[in-house]
This record gives sequence, C-alpha cells and structure tokens, in this order.
Amino acid sequence: MKWGMMSSLFPRQRGRNKEVKSKAAVYPYLVWMIIFIIVPTALVVVFAFTDKGGTFTLQNLQEVGQYSNIFLRSIWLGAVATVVSLVVGYPAAYIISRHSVSRQNTLIMLIMLPMWMNFLLRTYAWMTLLEDSGFINRALMACGFPSVHMINTQGAVVLGMVYNYIPYMILPVYSVLTKIDPSVIEAAEDLGADRRTVFLRVTLPLSMPGVISGVTMVFVPSVSTFIISKMLGGGSNLLIGDLIDMQFLGSAYNPNLGSAISLVLMVLILICMGIMNQFDENGAAEGGMMV
Amino acid sequence: MKAVSRIYMFLLFLFLYAPIFVLVIFSFNGSSTMSRSVWSGFSLRWYARLFQDQMLLVSLRNTLIIAVVASAVSTVLGTAAAIGINGLNKWARRVVMNVTNFPMMNPDIVTGVSLMLLFVAAAKFMGNLALGMVSLIFAHITFCLPYVILSIMPKLRQMDPNLAEAAEDLGCTPRQAFFHVVLPEIMPGVVTGLIMAFTLSIDDFVVSYFTSGTTQTLPIFIYSMTRKRVSPEINALSALLFGTILLLLIIINIRTSRESKRSETLQKEA
Repeated sequence: MKWGMMSSLFPRQRGRNKEVKSKAAVYPYLVWMIIFIIVPTALVVVFAFTDKGGTFTLQNLQEVGQYSNIFLRSIWLGAVATVVSLVVGYPAAYIISRHSVSRQNTLIMLIMLPMWMNFLLRTYAWMTLLEDSGFINRALMACGFPSVHMINTQGAVVLGMVYNYIPYMILPVYSVLTKIDPSVIEAAEDLGADRRTVFLRVTLPLSMPGVISGVTMVFVPSVSTFIISKMLGGGSNLLIGDLIDMQFLGSAYNPNLGSAISLVLMVLILICMGIMNQFDENGAAEGGMMV
Repeated sequence: MKAVSRIYMFLLFLFLYAPIFVLVIFSFNGSSTMSRSVWSGFSLRWYARLFQDQMLLVSLRNTLIIAVVASAVSTVLGTAAAIGINGLNKWARRVVMNVTNFPMMNPDIVTGVSLMLLFVAAAKFMGNLALGMVSLIFAHITFCLPYVILSIMPKLRQMDPNLAEAAEDLGCTPRQAFFHVVLPEIMPGVVTGLIMAFTLSIDDFVVSYFTSGTTQTLPIFIYSMTRKRVSPEINALSALLFGTILLLLIIINIRTSRESKRSETLQKEA
C-alpha cells in the first residue's frame, strides 16, 4: 500500500517499476533458447571432443582432416554457385529496380513465387530435366544433336544451388538499389559522368550492402546443403552436408565424428559471416565519410 | 537496351519456371513406364494414386498439426520476448539479440544435428522414448522464434513508449494496457511473424529430417518419394501444391489491391 502511494507520487519510479515487469517477459524465451540452442550447441562441442565411451579425445577432429577434399569441394562449388548467382542476379535486380513501382511488385512476386514450392520438389524437377533420358536430352536428340551427360556432375549440383538460392541474391540487391537516392545519381550525371561511370562509381558501390547480404545468403545454404548434391550429384559428388548426414542417419553411424564435422562447418560459416560483416561495416564507414 | 533487358528477364523467368511447368505437365502423363519424360496421353491416374496414398494424408496431417502448434507457441513466446528485449538495457539486449541471431546464421543442418543430439539424450534419459511429434514441435518452435521476434522488434521501436504509460495513468491495469494499447499497435508485426512461422514450419525439411525419428511430415514424405527410381505421383503433388500457392497469392493480391483502392476512394471523398 505504501509503495503504491509512493509510486503514484513519483511517476518516474513507477516507470522503472513497469520496465522491470516488461523485462520479465524475456525470461521464458531465454530459458527456451538456453535449452534448445545453447545446450544443443554445447552438446555438439562435447561430442566432437569425446569418443564413444565419453572420454576426451582429439581423434574426431583429426579424422575431419581426412575429408579435407570434401570440404574443399563444398567450398568450391558453393563459391561458384554464389558467383554465378551474383553475375546473373545483379543485372536482374537492376532491371527490376528501373521499372515503375507496381511493375516492380509484380516482378518481385514472380521471383519469389517458386520459393514457395518446397525446395525438394524444385530440385526433383531438375532431376527429370537433366537425366540422360530426360527432357533436355530428348529435345537435343530430336533436333539432331548428340545427348549430353548432365545429371550426377558437379555442374548439375551448381545448377541446383543457383536455381534454389538465386532469389536470395536478387531480393537484397533489389531492395538496396531501390533505396538509392535518385538525386545522387542525378548529381553524378550533372557533374558529367556518363552512364557507365555513374554505374561503376555510384550505383555499384552504394549497392554493396545488398551484394554482401546476397552473397552470404546464397553461400551459407549452398555450402551446407546435402539434398542438392544427393539428388543432382549422384553418389560421387559428396559435400560436407552429406558427410554429416551419413554420420547421424546414414550407414557410417558415428555421432562423434559427425559432431566434429558439424563443429568445423559451423566455425567455418561463422568466420565467413564475420569477414562479410567486416566488409559491410567498412563500406558503411566509407559511405559515412563520403557524405 | 530495353529489348536486351526484356530478353534477359524473359530468360530468367524461363529458367525459374520451366522446371515447374514441366512437372505440372507431366503430372497429367498417362505413361507408367520407367521414363519420366515420355508423353503418352492425358490421364489423371497419378492424382488418383496420390489420394489413395495413406502415408501422404498422415504426413499432411502431421505437418499441419506441427505448423499450427509451432506457429502459435512461437508467436506468443516471441511477442513476449520482443517486449522484454525492448525493455532491456543496451548491453543485455546485445547479448540476447546475438543468441537470437545465432540459429539464423548457423547452417540448418547444424541446428538439426544439435537438436537431434539433445532429443536423443533426453529421450534416453526419460526412458526409451522415441523422437516424433513432440520433438518436431519443439524443434520447429525453436527455429521459428527468431523470425517472430525480428518481425515484431521494428514495430516496437516505432511505437511511442509513452502510450502504455498513458493508458496506465488513465486507469488501465498493465494487462489492459497491453491488450488494448500495445498489442493493437504492434499487431502488423505479430501477424507477419505468425505467417512467417507457419510457412517456415510447413516448408522445413532439414531440421525435421534430423528430429523426426520415424514420423513423417510432408517434406519428409516428398523426400522419400524422390528416393524411389520412378514416382510420377510427385508430379501430381507438385502441381497441386503449386496450384494452391498460386490461388492463395492471387486471393491475397486481389484483397490488397481492393483495400488500397478503397482507401484511395476514401481519401478522395475526404
């Protein structure tokens, strides 16, 4: 009672009291995240550093070294898919951003629509197209060309990655491009820059934040995929994801080794993200200095 | 230049849509032979076969149950969390937001594997339980939560912090202030979060794959179909799903354009 009177006399105090209450709303969430994010991540680390009996060992991590060729292949294919997505996606985002607003909305809707289909179905679609007796080869033969072996190659895996993840490149680049102040472009034109110079010296640098988030959003799922390589790469183009899958649910059941591989993948991705964020911050700082 | 950009966009959309259209067309294929790409007459047999598949109906039911429960729980928990985070000081907020961002940056497969380790350990601890619906729901709530929070946070930032206080000064209990003032104010963010959680849950394969045990969800069912050599039912399923999505989007589009027209006319009248 006394406290109630005090608090109505001092509204500031009451505000603080309310703040304490609203802070309390975060606790259930924190408990949830500790149980389902932090503990499981800690389990991965523990499994990675122990053997089947539960004693400490570094053997799992040493074994990961044997698979360095698979790691390199994953990074290589993921990087190629990211570069292809950027080279194909940037012009598309640029073209879309030049249209009227209602047209832009329709085009973006059309870019996003395939993403609403489950990616297993989208990847399966390419299986039927790329097969040796598939749609493309039949079309080629009907036109008198020799058939081409496409399925179960690295090219098919990259194609699957680009097909599934290119919207993640186009969308962030597009949204940054539409936010560029048109008067900046006009200023460059007034100062005598031709279209090429305007693009290279103004539009492109200003769109870098979009490019960076697009690159991460394509690279991360590409590097860690196991479905695309399984469906389009056959058995011979294993990626990190396939390796992890095999240790947990596959024939090579060994959760300790699987955890070690997952840990290395996780650290790899977090380092990549850190580097990309660094770029982003530098870009922002430069932009700030320019103004 | 215009012609070049038109051709470019045409080729891009051809690349994006041709595979889907091929699937849809071949869902009406009469052939039952080994090849998936020989046309032999119109038929609806794969659709009939699909609806006779008991597994499909079970997996569809599971997917919907999980999506409804996971999106509802993650929206309630996420809304509370967003409000709580908004009241934290800078340092604590930074820590909590890092925890929130972590599962979004982490590759799905690592999230799936880590949750699998947790659930397997917990199931053993509680006496030989198996992974299934419960572990799936827990996993789905976990990966939906960050998206709910991130769609509500901007709305909370935009809101005038004095509003809730004003409501309380005018005699509302904190509870009334929340339901009558704060919640309506952040509702658009809450709805976006709910829809996002629902679609993420329906669409998820990777995390479900590691946390489902022997329980089937729709994406897992699709996966088991793609593992078979020939499964033309998958074409029929794709066509049905694509049709449903298209229909939903068209309805949403018509509604929003109608609403914007209505608000335009209202503005003119005013």
